[in-house]
Amino acid sequence: MYRSHVLVCGGTGCTSSGSQQIQSLLKEEIEKAGLSKEVAVVQTGCHGLCALGPIMIVYPEGTFYSAVKPEYIPEIVQEHLVKGRIVKKYVYEETVTNEEIKPLAETAFYKKQHRIALRNCGVINPESIDEYIGTNGYAALGKVLTEMTPEDVINVILDSGLRGRGGAGFPTGKKWQLARNLVQDGGQKYVCCNADEGDPGAFMDRSVLEGDPHAVLEAMAIAGYAIGASQGYIYVRAEYPIAVQRLKIAIGQAREYGLLGKDIFGTGFDFDIDLRLGAGAFVCGEETALMTSIEGNRGEPRPRPPFPAVKGLFARPTILNNVETYANVAQIILNGADWFKSMGTEKSKGTKVFALGGKINNTGLVEVPMGTTLREIVEEIGGGIPNGKKFKAAQTGGPSGGCIPPEHLDVPIDYDNLIAIGSMMGSGGLIVMDETTCMVDIAKFFLDFTVDESCGKCTPCRIGTKRLSEMLEKITKGQATLEDLDKMEELCYYIKDNALCGLGQTAPNPVLSTLRYFRNEYISHIVDKKCPAGVCKDLLKYEIDRDKCIGCGMCAKQCPASAISRTDYIAPGKKLAAMEIDASKCVKCGACMSTCKFGAISKN
Amino acid sequence: MSSKKSSVPFTGTKEQEAQLKEVIRKLRDQQGCLMPIMQQAQEIYGYLPIEVQTMIADELGIPLEKVYGVSTFYAQFALFPKGQYRISVCLGTACYVKGSGPVYEKLEEKLGIKGGECTPDRKFSLDACRCIGACGLAPVMMINDDVYGKLTVDSLDSILAKYN
Repeated sequence: MYRSHVLVCGGTGCTSSGSQQIQSLLKEEIEKAGLSKEVAVVQTGCHGLCALGPIMIVYPEGTFYSAVKPEYIPEIVQEHLVKGRIVKKYVYEETVTNEEIKPLAETAFYKKQHRIALRNCGVINPESIDEYIGTNGYAALGKVLTEMTPEDVINVILDSGLRGRGGAGFPTGKKWQLARNLVQDGGQKYVCCNADEGDPGAFMDRSVLEGDPHAVLEAMAIAGYAIGASQGYIYVRAEYPIAVQRLKIAIGQAREYGLLGKDIFGTGFDFDIDLRLGAGAFVCGEETALMTSIEGNRGEPRPRPPFPAVKGLFARPTILNNVETYANVAQIILNGADWFKSMGTEKSKGTKVFALGGKINNTGLVEVPMGTTLREIVEEIGGGIPNGKKFKAAQTGGPSGGCIPPEHLDVPIDYDNLIAIGSMMGSGGLIVMDETTCMVDIAKFFLDFTVDESCGKCTPCRIGTKRLSEMLEKITKGQATLEDLDKMEELCYYIKDNALCGLGQTAPNPVLSTLRYFRNEYISHIVDKKCPAGVCKDLLKYEIDRDKCIGCGMCAKQCPASAISRTDYIAPGKKLAAMEIDASKCVKCGACMSTCKFGAISKN
Repeated sequence: MSSKKSSVPFTGTKEQEAQLKEVIRKLRDQQGCLMPIMQQAQEIYGYLPIEVQTMIADELGIPLEKVYGVSTFYAQFALFPKGQYRISVCLGTACYVKGSGPVYEKLEEKLGIKGGECTPDRKFSLDACRCIGACGLAPVMMINDDVYGKLTVDSLDSILAKYN
């Protein structure tokens, strides 16, 4: 038994901030202080507050040290672990009140969160199956195999109202039911896990895989029992090396404990799981493309029907769920459908994990009940926008989603409401944008992404997205007409109606939603030839305020295009003549503006 | 996909070939073994030149165009060699919004190469990559397996200096 446990986050965010070094230093210092038998260092998954990494928590006190630097470690070990005095200056500010340290759960970031999918992330050591079992792990699998029929399992999941967390929100129970009932020839069926988290800005699946891999394995085995499958595949992005490593360890441990393999719990149920690594193709997150890829082909989608539940992987009945969906399953089995149903909105039950990113103070992962408003997420949990800037939009659903403007900040977030306001849940990336983000540029950014990632199988997507991106480019260069805008909108609807798979059908969404809420910005680009956010280079103009200019000439020295020269105007009170920019020579690099110490240069 | 021909000649060794054949022997009976084999082949050789793709096709008894079709579909299969230090700058949404575009351009300027290329001394190669999921630290880049976060254009020199 140890008297203290020090949890150090080993997720990708904190690892990038140097948590591995913190861990080894900690172990060294603890050894030096002779506390190796009393204090244990545990590497955990993600705590969610990635912006403040590396994160380190000392239990039993629950002291939350944030942005820990190597030089803090000797002091924290000596003061806190040896003498029992918390080193307040390194503790997460939000938890420090005048005299005491308040629990993490009472801080703005964590107060409104409710962790189901992330319940073990940051709490247990993901490389230890015993710690997972210690938090009721594999109890749900045991219950299912010994007390429930496959129909019971499907009914509980159906009744809970769990919907797919990967994007479209299809009822999970229904998917399982289809795969169970439609084909009963006794042949092989497959359970697949979609861990090809490709939406830029979403990283909840990675966090679950890194922080609680066994939860996914357990849920897949439960799904296997429910539909009558004995083989599972996890298709995980090769870009997530830590997740891949932890999954390998977890699968090995589960096999060793007899929780995967033959005759699990002595019930005669066989189930095993293999890993398949993706190779960097966004379209493989689409279910039919993912299966084509596991089969060893170019990851091109297939027409549906037949649906995967009827004819999926290797032409056999297959269910495919997302990581976060699986992370909910064992908890639903243990706590019951009613417990799960008690959270959320009428048609969207339970919680959803969002990855907060972009122009927001507390970047990181948050899990909130469905129906929480965007305002609560952005302003309370996310801590608002940095540098006193104004909220302009939140982008959800990645390249398939849309931008939500300030007037919809109070809409309770669930699958159906997001669709109604022209966006979608997607996998839960939530990127906040402020007034310095140009909405036309963002639409173009997403279209460039889909152009790159379109697999090329169907024409509406392959050629349509390319044309869309060219039209947007024309707008950002100030060369478009209002007629182009109408054509662009028409093309959007054409692609939506005709593309083969989800990638193409949703590709125009970023354009349509920005057109819907920020049409004025498009008009400014087209009619006034101005970019209100000051992003689109071709529409920018740098100018020198001749009354502020002291004539030092630094800007002219920095200018790579020799576009700046001296005028003969000397401002009142200045000694030298002011400078001016020749707009026809200017390449709009901004070097002059960042050099000027007197704020005399502006862009608009 | 790049249309350039690799200017670096293929320098595979007998040992590498034996390793590859061993991998193929182990995996060939699995359903859908082509991608895992290609992934391991890339680990062995560092990239997948046409010579290696031909070996895989011959060993598995499948047409070369099937292997080539797969290698050109997925971004992670490299048909050309990469630098000793592979720099990938994330151009995912969160990083883009926080200014990874200028970081990428600055690297192109500093290294004197375009994205997708490798410096003539084969020391650095530069690519734009998709979200690596470290959005909390945006903008980020990876050099081999190390992630650098909260980048600014000015922080690049000190990072690159570590590899020179």
